[in-house]
Amino acid sequence: MAVTTYQSSMRTQKIVRLMITYILMVVLVCFFLFPIVFMLISSLKADEAQVLRDMSSLAAFIPYGTISLENYQDVFDRVAFGRYLYNSLVIVTITVSFGLFFNSLAAYALARIPFVGRRLMLAIVIALIIIPFQAIAVPLLLLVNQFPWFDGSSSWIDSYHVQIIPFLADAFSIFLFYQFFIGIPKELEEAALVDGASRFRMYWQLVVPLSRPIFATVAILKFLQYWGEFLWPLMVTRGDDFRPLTVGMQVLFGQAPLRWGDIMAYASMVTIPVLIVFLLFQKWFIQSVASSGVKG
Amino acid sequence: MSVHTHPRADSSSSTSQMGWRRADQRAGWLFITPAFLILLIFLVIPFLMAVFFSFTDQRLIPNPNLPTSFVGSRNFERMLGDETLHRALINNFLFALIVVPTQTAFALFLAILINQRLRGVNVFRTIYFSPVVTAMAVIAIVWSFLYNPGEGLINAFISAASFGQLGPYSWLGDTRLALPAIMLMSIWQGVGFQMVIYLAGLQDIPEQLYEAAQIDGANRWQQFVSVTLPQLRNTTIFVMIATTILSFRLFDQVEVMTQGGPEDATMTTVLHIVNEGFRTLRIGYASAISVVFFLIVLIISILQRVVLTEEGQV
Repeated sequence: MAVTTYQSSMRTQKIVRLMITYILMVVLVCFFLFPIVFMLISSLKADEAQVLRDMSSLAAFIPYGTISLENYQDVFDRVAFGRYLYNSLVIVTITVSFGLFFNSLAAYALARIPFVGRRLMLAIVIALIIIPFQAIAVPLLLLVNQFPWFDGSSSWIDSYHVQIIPFLADAFSIFLFYQFFIGIPKELEEAALVDGASRFRMYWQLVVPLSRPIFATVAILKFLQYWGEFLWPLMVTRGDDFRPLTVGMQVLFGQAPLRWGDIMAYASMVTIPVLIVFLLFQKWFIQSVASSGVKG
Repeated sequence: MSVHTHPRADSSSSTSQMGWRRADQRAGWLFITPAFLILLIFLVIPFLMAVFFSFTDQRLIPNPNLPTSFVGSRNFERMLGDETLHRALINNFLFALIVVPTQTAFALFLAILINQRLRGVNVFRTIYFSPVVTAMAVIAIVWSFLYNPGEGLINAFISAASFGQLGPYSWLGDTRLALPAIMLMSIWQGVGFQMVIYLAGLQDIPEQLYEAAQIDGANRWQQFVSVTLPQLRNTTIFVMIATTILSFRLFDQVEVMTQGGPEDATMTTVLHIVNEGFRTLRIGYASAISVVFFLIVLIISILQRVVLTEEGQV
């Protein structure tokens, strides 16, 4: 008897603990999701007065009233959303893909090729990680303002390349690649070396296929960084032609009349596609973040 | 004949080895050149320029009538009297002082919560992480709507939770509340990142350590203190350094939500640099602040590493 009551009290205790855990987790879900759900629902409410009326109650989370995509249409009518989206995609795609190539190539040399000065160059990379971009943004602006370009222009301001080229190399990415490459067994390369394979072939045919996880990691981390980049495009873009989505949002926000429904539609169009990609590849996203913190 | 071929074969094999080494020299430098050239032009040179400009009165658009000249330490002296800068530095330190421990503890809590073998735990993990993939400059505007004075959702929530006792507050318009409001949204957006780093750390802890602690009769809290925390030392060092440095880089949120206001209550060092260098075009002064900003970040990372490492060894 005593034993069974003890067991059953243990079981109740377990159930209570489980319930508390789930309640806690659900409360946290509300905390993390409410701004996103709020944004999405408000973006569907075509009546601006209703958006403002609903914003102080749970009605903000219920899709009712005049539900339509009118606000989304408004965004396209009021600002060059398509252009901003195209700009963001061009900048991010080129920066990430070329960046992967340059940074991994450099990291491969630092990790694997015995050349004179390798140690020094590695130390330089590690030292450069500490320099915050914000500390060099102003002199960099001055520098690119006076750089010529192939089309004859005497400044890089207001272009794609000003938002791409300075970020093609990244000390932290090189470091992440380096850490991965030194872990690849050397025997594989030694075999290739005997076969007379060139260093570039070894990099391309041996190291790159073996290193897919780190390529995915760096690609995701850099994608998130450049997709959300705000300070630099704010400084180097003047008109709609080369503005990315983050700066375009400020254009809409600063435009009279201020319509929150439109703002929410814009924010949803920036956020939801990335959220969907994240949901599809969430395992990769989470792994990549986890490995960005791998430090001795 | 055969006597002659042997040495020749030998020498050819040794030159091919020498050739390999020479080829490696070439390949090594060739492979690092693109990345290092870009780092040199777009990171090292601007950094040296910042140091150089900090001793000049350089302006963004050179004026032929007012040539740039050396001003010695005038820019640095000017910082002593720049109250906006002082406010900005205080704000950055306050932000770091509050956000770093809060966010680190919160991240660890979340990581432990979702590290349990429970049904649906992956769904929760995904949801907690989702704010990380939002663009700060965009989602900050959504938050400024939530922080709406009077009618905003957050005021409504606080009012309901306190049975109408508290609020409404003018979150972003009140000098005492604006910075905490920005802290809250920053934690919301960033904590998922740290959570995942902690999760990876938790999963690296050998199960036997917990089993041994259980045999010793340690309860859950004792296991946490004697096993989990010490095992997560390196992770904690990394998370805290990374969050501290991010606190000092604070820009997007304040630029979008408050532009540093009200009355500089949310002014930050980076925003001040941008205002001085980009909006007022005083490159010299902005560079001087950048140099100080860099030194602060450098000193903090060194200090934090030393302190945390020593604590771990005691």
